[in-house]
Amino acid sequence: MSEHEYRPKSKVGQWFNDRLPLLTLANHLTDYPTPKNLNYWWTFGGILTFCLITQIVTGLTLAMHYIAHADMAFESVEHIMRDVNYGWLIRYIHANGASMFFLAVYIHIFRSLFYGSYKSPREIIWIIGIIIYLLMMAAAFMGYVLPWGQMSFWGATVITNLFSAIPLVGEGIVTWLWGGYSVDNPTLTRFFTLHYLIPFLILGLVVLHIWALHVPGNNNPVGIDIKKPSKDTVPFHPYIVIKDGFALLMFMIVFAFFVFYSPNILGHADNYIEANPMVTPAHIVPEWYLLPFYAILRSVPDKLLGVVAMLSAILILAVLPWLDTSKIRSAVFRPLYKQFYWILVADVLILGYVGAMPAEGLYLLIARVATAYYFLHFLVILPVLGFKEKTIPIPLSITEPVLGGNPNLAMAKKKESKIE
Amino acid sequence: MKTFIKFCSIFSLVISIFSQSIAAEKVDYLETDWSFKGLFGKFDRGSLQRGYQVYTEVCAACHSMKYLSYRNLSEKGGPEFSVEQAKAIAASFEVVDGPNADGEMFTRPAKLSDKFVMPYENEKAAQAANGGAYPPDMSVLVKARGGGVDYIYSLLQGYETAPAGMILDEGVHYNKYMYGNKIKMSAPLSDGIIEYGDGTIASVEQMSKDVTTFLMWAAEPHLEARHRMGFKAIVYLIILTTLVYYSMKKIWSRVESEV
Repeated sequence: MSEHEYRPKSKVGQWFNDRLPLLTLANHLTDYPTPKNLNYWWTFGGILTFCLITQIVTGLTLAMHYIAHADMAFESVEHIMRDVNYGWLIRYIHANGASMFFLAVYIHIFRSLFYGSYKSPREIIWIIGIIIYLLMMAAAFMGYVLPWGQMSFWGATVITNLFSAIPLVGEGIVTWLWGGYSVDNPTLTRFFTLHYLIPFLILGLVVLHIWALHVPGNNNPVGIDIKKPSKDTVPFHPYIVIKDGFALLMFMIVFAFFVFYSPNILGHADNYIEANPMVTPAHIVPEWYLLPFYAILRSVPDKLLGVVAMLSAILILAVLPWLDTSKIRSAVFRPLYKQFYWILVADVLILGYVGAMPAEGLYLLIARVATAYYFLHFLVILPVLGFKEKTIPIPLSITEPVLGGNPNLAMAKKKESKIE
Repeated sequence: MKTFIKFCSIFSLVISIFSQSIAAEKVDYLETDWSFKGLFGKFDRGSLQRGYQVYTEVCAACHSMKYLSYRNLSEKGGPEFSVEQAKAIAASFEVVDGPNADGEMFTRPAKLSDKFVMPYENEKAAQAANGGAYPPDMSVLVKARGGGVDYIYSLLQGYETAPAGMILDEGVHYNKYMYGNKIKMSAPLSDGIIEYGDGTIASVEQMSKDVTTFLMWAAEPHLEARHRMGFKAIVYLIILTTLVYYSMKKIWSRVESEV
């Protein structure tokens, strides 16, 4: 890569860079050759970085006023909302920021699924991403416990109780997690500690995620390997910076609508009732972004197997690069996969919907069918499809289909613009 | 670009369908026009002041409001009583303070900095006085109920004679809008139960609206500031987005590609 020849212009710069090559790094980041045909689904990486930093900054501020104690947590949140200068703003950004973070990460993941970004040589980027996603879920879950409302308390009770499904040692593990015999003050203080720690672990993993990305470079909507730098690429700055910035601003407008005009719509009303171990809410529901997995958990009649199914639903993603046997990355050139992809999207949305509904009657039946299909997609459809599917011929470079010529390629381009 | 807009609209559609279908049971609540809804929503000052009167003369007999202080009554964006009025309101309540230099607890009139005095010493005392049911704290009550203001507004007017065949225990009342239709609280409002200082006729409907407005403010004291800032923030973002959009077009015109 070209940055190895980079030398700062000034003497001081050279002196510094020889000792710590930060300027080389900066040069690499600005010059980084990026495929020029990236569409807006590729802007969510930048948006996610923004989400993470927003959560960390608002979270630090909240932590200065929040008191992690079972008797005072709820009151301290009200103190933030009423008496801390702009406390309401900071808290609403943080609470809705979690939802925005997940919205962006789901788009990011499904973009990767559509364009096959998880395939060789990007498996490590993908696996790091899955670990980040797992940590995000842990952080979000523990964060939801902190206001110590009814849903906090009972959500924590339900989720920690899942560990009791482990044979022999389950009950012991649950007691150990709680720091007692029920969810109580010790649980709250450790959840606060972990909720504070995890974002920094995520931050570290994000650095690795980007580092791993910069080795092979970005995938692209056509899904072919490209020469870097070449006519197919543009330098990251200013091209991608401004495009990411534009998309981020659009995202922030949506974000602002939630924060300023319906800050509580994504939360549950019960969480404004202080935690009461004596009163169980009528329906215990997790936040929307965990609902598909909640539906999978409840669709299995056996507790242990339910937990196994829920965990497998996430972990199966980690082996996705090897389950998908097709050599073609982008769904643009895989007519059958494209259809199955949209069925999967619908399947996950359905799972999310039934996850919010009581687990009985028709809802339970739908949840079971959708769960079965989810696993079928990854374990059967994807491996078989790689061998059976007749794919559309892929172009040799990004510029080629743009300039046209070969009728096959023109068709491919047409397909692609339809997706866009 | 087009996909992006398409996506945004589909997303907002999905969200609205989702939140509506999830929003508890489909109950048709009574409707009224709330001045605090919408982009520029503000509280009706008169309604807030009347609502405080309903709260203090009726609700406060059983319901606490422990996260509010008397100073809040004179703060901007609330009922906006004058500081003198708020002081007078506070002084009409007695609080226990101390210990003093002799180690004794003593009572004194409340000050602006004191929290709203609670009707009962603690939750158990409240339960004992109310046949086992705890009258919930009203500080964030509006946000703690699925239907929000519409639910509270309807509940206050939802008392009816129980349908034939429904057996109600001693001290339980029928309410059309209550979950399960059984409520321990007896109908708190009746026409003319209080006399409004500003001459407004104290009908059940009027009182329900006023007290619900007051409860909304109690739960969201910074609602007006939030709406004001929200509008400015979004206008700012839209302008900036437009500028960035044209800058982007300009920059990308240097290469043979679309954005």
